[in-house]
Amino acid sequence: MSSFIQAVGASIPQLDSDEKVTGRAQYIADLWRPGMLHAAIVQSPHAHARIRGYDLQAALALPGVRAIVTGDDLDAAHRMGAFIKDEPAFAKGKVRYVGEIVAAVAADTEAIARAAARLVRVDYEVLPAALDPELALQPGAPWVHDDAASYVKVFDAGTQGNVCSRTTLSEGDVAAAWAQCDVVVERRYQTQAQAHLSLEPCGALAEVDAQGRITLWSANQSVFRVQANVCESLGLPMTRLRCQTPRVGAGFGNKMEAHVQPVLVRLAMKARRTVRLILSREEDFETVRARHPFVIRMKTGAKRDGTLLAREVELVLDGGAYGDDSPGVLGYALLMNVGPYNIPNVHAHGQVAYTNKMRFGAFRGFGVPQVTFASEQQIDEIALQLGLDPIELRRRNLKTGNAPWFCGQQVASNGLTQCLAMVEHASGWQAARAARAQRAQGDKRIGYGVATSAHIGGLLASGAIVRMLEDGSVLLNTGAVDIGQGSNTVLTQICAEALKIAPEQVAIASPDTDGSPYNWGTTASRVTYVAGRSVVQAAAEVEKKIKQHASEMLECAVDDLELRAGGRVGVKGVPGRELPFAAVSGRAHWAAGGPIIGSHSWVFDQKTVDPKRAVATGLPFSQIGIFSFTALVVEVEVDILTGKVRVPRAWSAVDVGRAINPQLVTGQIEGAFVQGLGFALTEEMVWDGGKLANPTLMDYKIPTFAELPEVLKAYIVESHEPTGPFGAKSVGEIGMNAVAAAIANGVADAVGVRAERLPMSGERILQALLQPAGAAA
Amino acid sequence: MNLELQINGETARVEAGQHDTLLTVLRDQLQLQAAKRGCNQGVCGVCTVQVDGWPARACLSLAHGCAGAQVRTLEGLHHTPAMQALQRAFTEAGAFQCGFCTPGMLVAAEALLAREPAPDAAAVKAALSGNLCRCTGYLKIVEAVQAAAAALRQGASA
Repeated sequence: MSSFIQAVGASIPQLDSDEKVTGRAQYIADLWRPGMLHAAIVQSPHAHARIRGYDLQAALALPGVRAIVTGDDLDAAHRMGAFIKDEPAFAKGKVRYVGEIVAAVAADTEAIARAAARLVRVDYEVLPAALDPELALQPGAPWVHDDAASYVKVFDAGTQGNVCSRTTLSEGDVAAAWAQCDVVVERRYQTQAQAHLSLEPCGALAEVDAQGRITLWSANQSVFRVQANVCESLGLPMTRLRCQTPRVGAGFGNKMEAHVQPVLVRLAMKARRTVRLILSREEDFETVRARHPFVIRMKTGAKRDGTLLAREVELVLDGGAYGDDSPGVLGYALLMNVGPYNIPNVHAHGQVAYTNKMRFGAFRGFGVPQVTFASEQQIDEIALQLGLDPIELRRRNLKTGNAPWFCGQQVASNGLTQCLAMVEHASGWQAARAARAQRAQGDKRIGYGVATSAHIGGLLASGAIVRMLEDGSVLLNTGAVDIGQGSNTVLTQICAEALKIAPEQVAIASPDTDGSPYNWGTTASRVTYVAGRSVVQAAAEVEKKIKQHASEMLECAVDDLELRAGGRVGVKGVPGRELPFAAVSGRAHWAAGGPIIGSHSWVFDQKTVDPKRAVATGLPFSQIGIFSFTALVVEVEVDILTGKVRVPRAWSAVDVGRAINPQLVTGQIEGAFVQGLGFALTEEMVWDGGKLANPTLMDYKIPTFAELPEVLKAYIVESHEPTGPFGAKSVGEIGMNAVAAAIANGVADAVGVRAERLPMSGERILQALLQPAGAAA
Repeated sequence: MNLELQINGETARVEAGQHDTLLTVLRDQLQLQAAKRGCNQGVCGVCTVQVDGWPARACLSLAHGCAGAQVRTLEGLHHTPAMQALQRAFTEAGAFQCGFCTPGMLVAAEALLAREPAPDAAAVKAALSGNLCRCTGYLKIVEAVQAAAAALRQGASA
């Protein structure tokens, strides 16, 4: 008999470890189907142009070319968008950014498809382009969309001209509060576009069956969002498209909404053949999406004793050519701009500008790393001006216990105080700062930076189905795509724990829109919490049915029964009186009641805005989820000859509620930290006019082994969320939120330079060092 | 078939143009798909294979240039004690998330352990510095390679 080892809290390896370490894991580019054609895309060379027509003659004449789709194959009535329905499947009528997909070719080989794509002639009428978000909002700027106001929206977006959306959130009376402040800090910050750079480029494979029903595999974060986007943009009934997933070579927001799936499905429909499309790295850089560049005007005021009193923030987000997730990022960034502090008077407002650039959308942190970069530096500046220790100032203003978040939502579990104490202690904060001058060697200066942040996980709906098979083993189906972070493992552990069986007795089904319950997606730090809760509830229904059967089989009351470790149900207090699940499930299948199936679905419904506390306009989601918290300390080394910034040591603590799998949790914290390091120091997409100048890994530098700090400590704090599955909250994004901010504070501590722009490249820091003291970088 | 290659200890006859890369031949003709295509420019390292025992970028290696060399992909390295120790250590340490970079990491690390039985963290970082990972933050990979090296040394002395 297999003995039950507690599944929750165990660092079991990822379930798909064997296939990953043997190279057998199949990603989208590893899938082959009989008779499969290969596709290549044609991209726009212009930032903004009207399409007058296409000449496909030369391309179609190439032997081996089977089909070509252009905007003429699209119906202008159909557009997609999570918040604003402004985006065609691919360019229709106009191109709106360099690199936008204007046509696609299906051919016998990838080489033929690429050769044919170069022969597609598009007749463009070039239009003036809007490339800068602030200029795009000025009167007289060229409009990216001829009539954006007419698009269908799912919320009060305020769309007009190049204003994609606008949001305002207010609490208290900011205007009156400034007069009571003894110290006020005000700056303008700018953050850069960051590429997601999942090492697997985006791709998809579509197969059309004899009835015209389509099966679509793709690199994705949600088979259900793929289905919705393709059907919405092509005007297909959702029943006609089945979406599945291979293993996914990571997603950080880039694979949540559509990339090549709509154009590929249209191409497969036209070719009536199976077609696969895999983007090159450059195409992926240019056409998919990236993190929003932010312009942040922020002002923070405090009293002499360090009490924070007022905050005003204005954001301008470069949304790029299409709305995508931009309205969500704006609203969420404004909601999170205050950070985990009690500031009674806050006015937060901002706009997303349409520009003739690629889409900017969801990326780990969803706007929080940007506003935290500004906010946490202002908190530090206030501490400095008041002569207070930065951690002490934070502690005086920290949200503790159930103190509500900005705009009023109650916080049910909060381990932030513990996070901050942990990193303060682990880093030896006081002593380290006191000794930093002595630690400076040669041209190197040492500084210490701290930052805190929060994140909300729990957005939108998820279901789970738990089925007991004839032999008593269990099949779990949630529809959640494991993008590498390990949700299959975590959800299996939750299911095993709920039924007191070993994780090996649970199999997890691969997401499939035909067979899985709805799951909005692997995004917004939500799967453990949202899908996990559904798994717990579905397992509870299975438990109830097991006990109903067992009560009849053992002739006892349901309430007298208990689940026992290893897949048995027995009479409480009577060790011998028990049944294996196989016996119960066998009876259910062949004699009475029918197979045991438990299911559950739900959606988080606690309101974000309490109208008695706050005024909100244009917030695209009314209910989001529960709060996770983080505190981070970094040791920063600045070379004053080159301006180069390095992080030799870092200590990151995250309150995750409960770690279902601690090793996967620390993996998220470490991975997010290093991604934050890239955001802080090296990563920047640069445009030359409308064209991305560095769409290659040669010219776009993500962190390597060389940038890994010598010490990187991830600490788990467990505050036990009462509504979470076994107390769990979320961890996917939060580890990224405070990284750039903490490093910026460390740079200021080391050399007195305040960073107003990201990344904090050697060049920018050096230029500030060459200016008179107090210059910003 | 115009080219003979030694792949994973066997002779493979393939059809390759002068410009075809080893990666294209491995993935598209021989269905050896452990090596991935990430950047096709020699930067990310997910296509790493061993050519005569040294890590090489399959995406930058012309197939014809590999004639006469011993090419090993992850599929052909499963039997080595170092690879088995690495696979076990990567699994136990959680040294991968999405796994897309893992084959290249393992192949590069195997070549390291073949030469350096006790690499310190700096040596591991240097040897793998041409392999990018966007998920793990690298720490658990360094730990896994060192754990594998330790396990191998222990096995050798036992």
